[in-house]
Amino acid sequence: MSTLIEARGLTRVLTETVPVTLVSDVTVSIAEHEFVAVTGPSGSGKSSLLYLLGLLDHPTGGTLAIGGRDAGPMGEDERAATRLAMLGFVFQFHFLLPEFTVMENVVIPMRRLGRLSRPAMKARGEELLTSLGLQDHMRKTPDQLSGGQRQRVAIARSLANDPPVVLADEPTGSLDSKSSEQVFLILEQLVRERGKTVVAVTHDLSLAARMDRRLNMVDGKLASDEKVEKAEPAQSG
Amino acid sequence: MRLLFEIAFTHIAGRGRQTLVAMLGVAIGVGFSIGMTALMAGSQDDFVETLVNTMPHVQVSDEQRRARPQPAEDAFDAIAISGLRPREDGRGIMNPTALIAWLEAWLPGRFAESLQLTGVMRFSGRDVGARIIGIDPQREPGISPLIGHFHQGSFASLTSGGNNVLIGDTMAAKLGAEIGSTLTAVSSKGLSRSFRVAALFHTGSTARDEGEAYVLLKDAQILSGRANAVNDIRIKLDDPNSASSVARRVEAETGYKSVAWTEANESLLQALVVRNVIMYTVVGAIMLVAGFGIFNIVSTITHEKARDIAIMKSLGFPAKDMRRLFLIEGLAIGGAGSALGWLLGFAMVYALSQVRFELAATGQEMTRLPIAWSIWHYVIAASFALGSAAVAGYMPARKAAKVNPVDIIRGAT
Ligand SMILES: Nc1ncnc2c1ncn2[C@@H]1O[C@H](COP(=O)(O)OP(=O)(O)OP(=O)(O)O)[C@@H](O)[C@H]1O
Ligand SMILES: [Mg+2]
Repeated sequence: MSTLIEARGLTRVLTETVPVTLVSDVTVSIAEHEFVAVTGPSGSGKSSLLYLLGLLDHPTGGTLAIGGRDAGPMGEDERAATRLAMLGFVFQFHFLLPEFTVMENVVIPMRRLGRLSRPAMKARGEELLTSLGLQDHMRKTPDQLSGGQRQRVAIARSLANDPPVVLADEPTGSLDSKSSEQVFLILEQLVRERGKTVVAVTHDLSLAARMDRRLNMVDGKLASDEKVEKAEPAQSG
Repeated sequence: MRLLFEIAFTHIAGRGRQTLVAMLGVAIGVGFSIGMTALMAGSQDDFVETLVNTMPHVQVSDEQRRARPQPAEDAFDAIAISGLRPREDGRGIMNPTALIAWLEAWLPGRFAESLQLTGVMRFSGRDVGARIIGIDPQREPGISPLIGHFHQGSFASLTSGGNNVLIGDTMAAKLGAEIGSTLTAVSSKGLSRSFRVAALFHTGSTARDEGEAYVLLKDAQILSGRANAVNDIRIKLDDPNSASSVARRVEAETGYKSVAWTEANESLLQALVVRNVIMYTVVGAIMLVAGFGIFNIVSTITHEKARDIAIMKSLGFPAKDMRRLFLIEGLAIGGAGSALGWLLGFAMVYALSQVRFELAATGQEMTRLPIAWSIWHYVIAASFALGSAAVAGYMPARKAAKVNPVDIIRGAT
């Protein structure tokens, strides 16, 4: 199993009048096909860690490598290109572009990357949306969907360029228990069937218990990093 | 890139009314700039054309820009002579026949020699100061500013036998003379001669209508007491723009001061340059104001769409895409406004070209506004508009590109 994310002593300090430490000295290594939960109390730095791992934010200390490439010397454009091709994001709120249809939202990252032909992009978009049960909503705009449907569109979009890693920040946080379960199953499927690596922040310890590994954050530090002992073997689907 | 255009379009479309206002701002700016430049350039062309038509393109006079070198100076380097006074004041172009033959050999245009002297025209006890101009009746029509301006008699009547004179209507009125009256011309040397008024002209130029009297060259030579004298050669060129090079050639060859119309009217032409500078400053100012409208809407969009910028950046759009996106939006509004402005400008110029009015001074001449039609007015106005749109779009675009997605994602959660 090859390492996809390799963080050493990763630190993020906000340099304001009173310096605020968001993430402090986190060393973690995440491999292919891992399903990782990030847990911890509110304000413990879970989101901050995810932004660092996703190249959205710059660490003030430590090193980070994505897919074996050191992110330190990367320029802004290269970081953006890495995000585009290697990393998918799903946030607590869906963050879809409101003027575009569901289909267009999913196709936009593909168009930015420009590797596929337009018909191939459309076919891939249809396939992704269908696999997430959204085949009847492709021509709708985000405001015509329910919260759970939007979150599934966001997941489809994060998969647009077939990145090896999906980073999710409380993807089920704003959903009711039924939608929440549906989204969780999809994420699990990404790992089990599509071979993705999913790193998901969650407050829900019962969901965390169904994942493979749990990183527990306290006060910006990685307090524990353990394999989840499962009561019963995980079932896919 | 097409993706960015599509995104830009949705942003602009989402702010229809404000976009329309900004576009109209540009359109009005472009339209008025086009109208103004058409009028300004038209009046300038009109003015220059009048200059070119009424003035000789090159005027060769009997003056010399530098004192003629004295034989002693030619012979000895150490000798310098200054402040010389010629013995006799009878100046003139020496050996005009040879000069005329030389000009005839190569000049791309027409010319006529003349002898001009100052004197007085006298009729029934009244005197009017006049420039008495002796002309060659064969060559003069080719360069004459009088042709087409006779309202009694004609140019040809100058040679109708006897001593004839052509004067302006104003001079005739001052003297109380009419066609057929016999005037006495008195030169500054005191020589006098009688002339019959053969024709009256009205050119619209007061100096000419009131102060010039045209006679045959030989009569002028008699009046001045100098046979064969010529002191002025006026040249009309096929191409007025070649005037300065022709003037240089003539002056280099003959040593006589040859002045191109561009040189003679240098200060006037310079004033036109100043006028153009002022005009384009005003055009620039109009566009700057139109630019504020664009700046306003683009920066509104960047604020409103901060979330979308964060989304796109988190998806992997680089900062330069965001700069381009909002620059495109500014340019699109500027471009659409320019296109609309072209229509407006065209309509305005067309309307102006239809305006006719009477000149109060003469009451008889129906005049149109001088309008210049030129594609350049449209190109220049649109480039000013696009330039200011680019600046107006770039400033908020640069700010948008700096948006930190983390701040916005955090703000939303
Ligand atoms: N811009 C900022 N200025 C000051 N403090 C900040 C800023 N951004 C984040 N913090 C603080 O940093 C800490 C870590 O925030 P972070 O969002 O990573 O926590 P979290 O674990 O994701 O919390 P939650 O579970 O509530 O989402 C928090 O205490 C937060 O208040
Ligand atoms: Mg958080």
